[in-house]
Amino acid sequence: MVDTTLTSLGLVEARDALDKKEISAVELTDAYITAMEKGRGLNTYITETTDLAREGAKRADENLAKGEGKPLEGLPLGIKDLYCTEGVLTTAASHILDGYKPHYESTVSANLWRDGAVMLGKLNLDEFAMGSSNETSFYGTAINPWRRNGDDTPLVAGGSSGGSSAAVAAGLCAAATGTDTGGSIRQPAALTGIVGMKPSYGRCSRWGIVAFASSLDQAGPMTRSVADAALMLRSMAGHDPMDSTSVDIEVPDYTAEVGGSVKGLRVGIPKEYRVDGMPAEVDALWQQGIDWLKDAGAEIVEISLPHTQYALPAYYIVAPAEASSNLARYDGVRYGLREDGKDLIEMYQNTRAAGFGDEVKRRVLIGTYVLSAGYYDAYYRKAQQVRTLIGQDFDTAFESVDTILAPTTPTGAFGVGEKADDPVSMYLNDVFTVPANLAGLPAISVPAGLDSQGLPLGLQLIGKHFDEATLFRAASAIESAAGFTAKPTVWWEG
Amino acid sequence: MSVDKETVRNIARLARIRVDEDALEPLAKELSTILTFVEQLDAVNTDGVEPQAGGRTMALQQRADEVTAGGYPEKVTGNAPKSEHNFFAVPKVVE
Repeated sequence: MVDTTLTSLGLVEARDALDKKEISAVELTDAYITAMEKGRGLNTYITETTDLAREGAKRADENLAKGEGKPLEGLPLGIKDLYCTEGVLTTAASHILDGYKPHYESTVSANLWRDGAVMLGKLNLDEFAMGSSNETSFYGTAINPWRRNGDDTPLVAGGSSGGSSAAVAAGLCAAATGTDTGGSIRQPAALTGIVGMKPSYGRCSRWGIVAFASSLDQAGPMTRSVADAALMLRSMAGHDPMDSTSVDIEVPDYTAEVGGSVKGLRVGIPKEYRVDGMPAEVDALWQQGIDWLKDAGAEIVEISLPHTQYALPAYYIVAPAEASSNLARYDGVRYGLREDGKDLIEMYQNTRAAGFGDEVKRRVLIGTYVLSAGYYDAYYRKAQQVRTLIGQDFDTAFESVDTILAPTTPTGAFGVGEKADDPVSMYLNDVFTVPANLAGLPAISVPAGLDSQGLPLGLQLIGKHFDEATLFRAASAIESAAGFTAKPTVWWEG
Repeated sequence: MSVDKETVRNIARLARIRVDEDALEPLAKELSTILTFVEQLDAVNTDGVEPQAGGRTMALQQRADEVTAGGYPEKVTGNAPKSEHNFFAVPKVVE
């Protein structure tokens, strides 16, 4: 039996109960270990690190007993398997990293352990974080704990952080890390009814996180509440000399923003996000979000982000181009898989053919093409120029507003296999999330309601550079107005 | 723009990914679909616009040019599929 009185606690609640000695860290971790065993059918964990978790929990109880509990002391987390963890298998959900055990720890995960958190295991994702449904994982698709009303079709948990979103929603960890290159935290969060925050580019160190598109990648928390995300980001964030794009500015106490007033806050509504074919219920939820913020005293301002429609095509040049460079390192020499060949070149070609899945190959080939002689200006340089224009759109908008409200995704969760055959239709999942990555802006997805099939939908807030604080304040206003307490019915416990 | 079989063969060679002969044509179709999608950008006037290379939040920082890590070749080569005496081992490249 899973002790759901323990696994239903969020980070803030569990931390409070630990402080008051109402529960112990070992009890809490053990409850999650049972939940993980029962929940294996959801395919959320690639590697379970139960021994490490129990040791960590024991240490946490000792610290708590001495009154030396740190901000995340004893809180059991899942780590997206894109973060290097010392001595623990790290796969990026790719065959090409078979057997890879890093000799170092990523900065962000190290920050979490420094603050007392306990690692339950490594979570499933799309291969190298390339996908929007977790279906490109070498380890199989992570399954959404939510199902349509009266229908047991397996649904995707979003992607790329699909193992993270499914595990948090199903209570298989108290919270998880994600990474977001084009929506990979926010889209899966929206599809599973949890909170997902992509911080400003530079807020969290990228050191030790397997690189996909280095100018877009950013680590962030995936949690069951806005308060939990605020607590967790504070530990994850901070300057790191090992990442030259990490910023050296103060990390505020985000938890102080939760529940704060949004009176007078200027909220922008971008007219270009009303895309053709958007389901009426998504549009209605967006309007509901506007009303909630208005009722809380915010001022609603119509804005224009004229280059929005070009964000996705620009992204699908920039991200594959960077990926093709970053993934050049998987050559069968330094780590992971090697497939022999008659000479060095053939060994590279055989290794990469066997080690990469179809979507990763597609993106590496597209990236190679747009960077190749004769095409660089037409594709890559053009995309970078459009990226400038998209950033300028936001700069202009933020002269008159403090934050921007939009839906997170154009639809709720879809069925496993429904979009797998058409890369471009899969890419359209990220139409609302990609612009924030291109502009380096922080953005958060908050669960706001259920669609007609009983599946969660999210609302997204986009903020100014390094103004995560305002996002936490506005997100918590939406959270309390929405009162989203729906949970998936437990069907997965074998 | 659509790419043909020969172009796919060439970029696969540049990317060091073996692609079997019968996979070239389907890949050409898939890549062409993606390229047609991204070519929407042709409609944007970008005359005189500076290309944005990085994450746009700040200029890259510099640090002192000094050694901050090292001295553990066994760790560096520890994950290699083949290594000898703390070197990465590869197929013979010099006759």
